[in-house]
Amino acid sequence: MPVDYKNAVRAFIQTNFILSQEIQLKDSDSLLDLQLVDSTGFLELVGFLEDHYGIKVADDEMLPENLESLDNIEQYLVRKLKP
Amino acid sequence: MCGIAGIAFVDQRTLPAQALLEPMIHALHHRGPDGYGFHCEPGVGLAHARLSIIDLATGDQPISNEDHTVQVIFNGEIFNYIELRAELRACGHQFRTQSDTEVIVHAYEQFGLEGCLQRLNGQFAIALWDQRARRLILARDRTGIRPLLYCQLADRWLFASEAKSLFASGSVSARLSPASFGEIAHFWAPIAPTTAFEGIQALPPGCYLTIEGTRHQLTQYWDWNFDSAPMTAGQRQLDDATDELRELLVDSVRLQLRSDVPVGAYLSGGLDSAAVSAAVRQVHSNKLQTFSLTFDDAEFDEGTYQRQMAAHLGTEHTERRVSAADIAAAFARAVRHIETPIVRTAGIPLMLLADTVRAAGFKVVLTGEGADEVFAGYDIFKEAKIRRFWARQPQSRWRFRLLQKLYAYLGNSPTQFAGLAKSFFGQGMEQIDDPFYAHRTRFDSTSRVNRFLAPEFRTRVPTSDAVLAGAHLPLPKAGWPALARDQYVEAKTLLAAYLLHAQGDRVAMAASIEARYPFLDHRLIEFAARLPANWKLHALEEKYLLRRAVRDWMPANISRRTKQPYRAPDSSSFFHHGQPLESVADLLSATSIRDAGYFESAAVGKLVAKIQRGQAAGFSDNMAFMIILSTMQLHREFRLRH
Repeated sequence: MPVDYKNAVRAFIQTNFILSQEIQLKDSDSLLDLQLVDSTGFLELVGFLEDHYGIKVADDEMLPENLESLDNIEQYLVRKLKP
Repeated sequence: MCGIAGIAFVDQRTLPAQALLEPMIHALHHRGPDGYGFHCEPGVGLAHARLSIIDLATGDQPISNEDHTVQVIFNGEIFNYIELRAELRACGHQFRTQSDTEVIVHAYEQFGLEGCLQRLNGQFAIALWDQRARRLILARDRTGIRPLLYCQLADRWLFASEAKSLFASGSVSARLSPASFGEIAHFWAPIAPTTAFEGIQALPPGCYLTIEGTRHQLTQYWDWNFDSAPMTAGQRQLDDATDELRELLVDSVRLQLRSDVPVGAYLSGGLDSAAVSAAVRQVHSNKLQTFSLTFDDAEFDEGTYQRQMAAHLGTEHTERRVSAADIAAAFARAVRHIETPIVRTAGIPLMLLADTVRAAGFKVVLTGEGADEVFAGYDIFKEAKIRRFWARQPQSRWRFRLLQKLYAYLGNSPTQFAGLAKSFFGQGMEQIDDPFYAHRTRFDSTSRVNRFLAPEFRTRVPTSDAVLAGAHLPLPKAGWPALARDQYVEAKTLLAAYLLHAQGDRVAMAASIEARYPFLDHRLIEFAARLPANWKLHALEEKYLLRRAVRDWMPANISRRTKQPYRAPDSSSFFHHGQPLESVADLLSATSIRDAGYFESAAVGKLVAKIQRGQAAGFSDNMAFMIILSTMQLHREFRLRH
């Protein structure tokens, strides 16, 4: 059964960035464009991914392609955690 | 420096009893602890609380003209009063005092209102009663150094230096203005005429208000203006401009040293305050007393540079060391004086420093504030320059990397990872005609506090689009150079509304200290407005011409030092070992939050929990926390009605 990365990350974002329950974060939503997460917030997100999934996000992986949306984060985690 | 308050009846006949003015002026005792003065006649009442600085013997206010038909009270200083006095005496005016106040009434008679204001070099909030015209005039200095608030009621106008004086009149109730909250959540402060309180207006900087019965008119007599073509940018002109700037700065300091009591100076460790203190040395050789803030937390401390500069100038130097606990302990007092929600704690240590200045026997202090706006010192100007440069070739693989040269002083710099910085700072990059081009990222960051608003209150707070389209919002002219547009927005928002208020007048006057701002002498502002942009921001070197002008006055490591914004610990000041201080837990309890009605208690609880876990690392969380905490403190302090 595939790991549900998106919901875990969604829950973190919802709690950590104190989003109102009214905001339904879609998988493809850009965290930047919707101004849900600022530049420092991305560091918090990276901290969560490292702690929660036991990975090390390299400096050159701190890219919108990897972190900007739930879709991107999931794809990044799948690649990163591939055995 | 002083406090002023007054009343003008709409019928222009009612004689106000002095007892009406007494509670209003007593509420401003901290601004003028050296005595009170009153003038009441049919239609108008004026009250003054005096902090004696010039003409200690005969300078009491109100002061009138020769036949007592013009009465004036004012808060502030007219620095060129000696020259004006000579000019007015030559025109036949008779002076009864040696004070700067008296030149206002005679200049008003001689030159008319506009002519008078245009001639004043100073920082002032003036209330002038012209008995013949039955006209009350309220006027404020060019950049907004001294405050002046007013409100219109059915049968009267009230005005005062601070809102607490208006509340003390018994005629004005205290309610938080939702419109002001929208502005605070973008600009860090309400923009005049908006104040934090419904029904109370602030006179905008560089403006005067005339009141005749029910009629009133607001007129702007001065503004930051970048219309003039820039000087030619040749080497000879650069040398000439350097000399001219040096002379103007020395002359500004010379005028601002005018006082019948000793004048001290702040040293922050940066270029601007060092330049002011060094300029004092060019004017006289007396021992200068300097004052500095140092912090327990090394991230904010600039003590090394302060001490180096003090030693270089041979000043008598006093440090005030501030801890997080000191900030928390002084928080309620600061909010009481600032009278608006605050986004940062930075004003609180400045209030404590003003206490130290007062305890040392001083009433007046020179500061370096204003140089960053006048000569383009902030990273926000560099950031906008890079983004505009990048927008010319958005596909460039290296232009955006210039952003990594910024914000090095921050533990968590928003530019440390190029890929994310590219996305973050790339937002709106192509909107180069946006008047808020440089400022959108700051506005967005601050406005995240809106997510904490209670649903009902949120419906009354203007949206981001509505705030930025606000009719009274000062906008730069589209034809000005890009840097000039950015400077204008900064001068009208951060400087006038926030720095000169929450880190300026209010926190200095809390300790009965008058702060003076040589860089905000209008001659310097007008001179700098004609400079080519690259003499201000030279590549990415800020305040280029200013550095050039003052580099021989100080050690090279200070004249070359990159701008370090003055900051103080924010949310961390209110937690001890991961627990909120008792006063904070009380202010932010679910019950307090719900009863006040501004915020959603569950969301505030999550923010507090995040700070307790040590995870509130960025600006957004810290600003949201400070706005929420200070709004709640303001609510309690002024018993705000919802």
